[in-house]
Amino acid sequence: MPSSVPLSWYLILSAILFGLGVAGFVVRRNIITVFMSIELMLNAVNLSFIAFSYQLRQVDGHIFSFFVMVVAAAEAAVGLAIILTVFKNRATLAIDDVSSLKN
Amino acid sequence: MDARFIPEPVHLIRFAPELLLTVFATLIMVLDPLTKEGEKHRLGILALVGLLAAAWGAAVAAANPGTAFSDMLLVDGFATFFRYLSILVGVLTLACSFAYLKREQADSGEYYALLLFSIAGQCVMVSANELIMIFIGLEISSIASYVLAGYLRDDKRNNESALKYFLLGSFATAFLLYGIAWIYGITGSTNLAEIQRVLSNRDIAPSVNLIGASAALMFVGFAFKVSAAPFQVWAPDVYQGAPAPVSAFLSAGPKAAAFAIFLRVYITAFEPIADQWQAVLWASALATMIVGNFAALLQSNIKRLLAYSSIAHAGYVLVAVTTHSQIGTAAAMFYLAAYAFMNVGAFAVVTHFARQGERYVNIEDLAGLGQRQPVTAALLSIFLLSFIGVPLTAGFFGKFYIFKAALDANLVWLTVLGLLNSAVAAYYYLRIIVVMYFHEPSESVADLQSPAPGIQAVLWASAAATLILGVFPSWVLDFAGKAALK
Amino acid sequence: MPSTYPEQYFPILLQVLLGVVVAAALVGLSFLVGKRVKNKVKDTPYECGVNPIGSAKERFSVKFYLVAMLFILFDIEAIFLYPWAVVYRDLKLFAFIEMFLFIILILSGFFYIWKKGVLDWQLEDEQTFQQKKQVLK
Repeated sequence: MPSSVPLSWYLILSAILFGLGVAGFVVRRNIITVFMSIELMLNAVNLSFIAFSYQLRQVDGHIFSFFVMVVAAAEAAVGLAIILTVFKNRATLAIDDVSSLKN
Repeated sequence: MDARFIPEPVHLIRFAPELLLTVFATLIMVLDPLTKEGEKHRLGILALVGLLAAAWGAAVAAANPGTAFSDMLLVDGFATFFRYLSILVGVLTLACSFAYLKREQADSGEYYALLLFSIAGQCVMVSANELIMIFIGLEISSIASYVLAGYLRDDKRNNESALKYFLLGSFATAFLLYGIAWIYGITGSTNLAEIQRVLSNRDIAPSVNLIGASAALMFVGFAFKVSAAPFQVWAPDVYQGAPAPVSAFLSAGPKAAAFAIFLRVYITAFEPIADQWQAVLWASALATMIVGNFAALLQSNIKRLLAYSSIAHAGYVLVAVTTHSQIGTAAAMFYLAAYAFMNVGAFAVVTHFARQGERYVNIEDLAGLGQRQPVTAALLSIFLLSFIGVPLTAGFFGKFYIFKAALDANLVWLTVLGLLNSAVAAYYYLRIIVVMYFHEPSESVADLQSPAPGIQAVLWASAAATLILGVFPSWVLDFAGKAALK
Repeated sequence: MPSTYPEQYFPILLQVLLGVVVAAALVGLSFLVGKRVKNKVKDTPYECGVNPIGSAKERFSVKFYLVAMLFILFDIEAIFLYPWAVVYRDLKLFAFIEMFLFIILILSGFFYIWKKGVLDWQLEDEQTFQQKKQVLK
């Protein structure tokens, strides 16, 4: 078997994706984009899990990423439903406009 | 491949509360479309039966302690304590919710089902012995809570609360998960005991910086969930915007469960690297107390004030976590139980007082409550005095044990600053009592009905629990002391 | 057996180059050789032969969203069938019972959405739809 791509490459890619997700969450102002940034972070985590799993010669990491995917889907369903109700009541998806709760 | 994955019957018994809650929640969900409008409160009664069944299940599970499902689950005293606490908070929330849902004409089976699912998630969290189980339990609990926070979908405040809770909650979960991935990569396991074994073996202990970084990532996730500084920003908005009974639930149940996993992970798995995280927790505990107490001074909305007070109380519990001693863990457990009662009680008064559409949520609206409804005002005063930590209330012994544990662990400065903080806190709690008793009655109390039976039951039960814990703290503390992680 | 990185990834490089060349050739050739016709029909978006009506930027019914969301949820649940299928032979009856319970849970969710009318596809605003059509004609 030829030597494969080293583990660190996957981890660096995963860290970059995670960083992009964090940056997107902080910088972007559209709720849907913010939400997509979170999904990107979760996928970055999945990549780490699978890379580690391959490195450790265990199957556990694959199963973990399954769970992460399922949870991400459930989160997406609930999250989009929440975003939809916000849009219905306010007719806006700009995150700065959703700030009526104050002292 | 052998058959060792097939669980023995005793494993199912150890998992009984979660199973029962799931069965009841699913049943309620299926029955909801088959129930006529106006009869939905029967599903609430079914939910109550489910919670009582789960409490029985927790007792049966506690009689058969041990691990289950290939060590993924661990039923010990610690898990049992928090299972009882979660279920109890659920019962109190449910009792408050009947009147609330009727008043808002929003009674539905989903509310009850989501409540049970959230509690099922909390039970999974507190008995998890493995990082992935912790994650799954946390998400079951969180996803149900996101929906509960935005339960009245035509209410703008509910929407906003749910959106903020959801976005920041998922953001925090992603950090927690990234930390878990790294811990898995470094130690090759997600089992807490196994992680502890690997980390304490100095010869094979991998790079300290990497472990510290993963522990820090997980700290971000946990700090969000327990609303610890600097990740507390979501709490005031969420608690202010959510329906009052849901705010009561969120600040007592999921928070206690989040603290349970926080304690379990940091006291078992990360114990070998305690030197590294203790300083971080020290700073976070102090910042949390200061932010919570000083921001609470400026609030005029009572839900927002209780939210900041909830942040401050999270700071006190963090002081106990910082000690990472057995006595500190017991103190944290006692405090979380005490806080759950007084907090649910205070929010029950808010639920009652706010009336339809939650119109009256300002502190000034409470003016004259002392004359108009002396009993309600007196019960609220008990909760507020307990928040301050006046002797003979649960809050006093809660603070006492926490700061005693902190002194035992040589955290003198943290103790001094914490005590100064609780002195500051006395101001804003006493202000509410002053408004209630000494301000001219406003028009908001004029048409106030007496509390609904469910809310009355919650008020009396919480007040009784607050006083009993304040007079006989050993009843709970002995249990906590035995159950505390070593 | 290739042993160094460049050797291992040489086929991939070839593949990429081939892709670029083919794509460039197709576009370039049709640009150079093709005849250009410009009329109204040619400029309309291709809709599988159906004449497009109205702007594509119109807002979709929330039903599309609901069905898409439900599809994702039920689709993702199927992910658990893969590990289950791998160990099915070893766990025998136990695996069968587990999956049976899992499917029952999913079905109860399905029952819920069905009874809640999410799968009902009748257009409640049939009239507005007809009006829109009239206007566009």
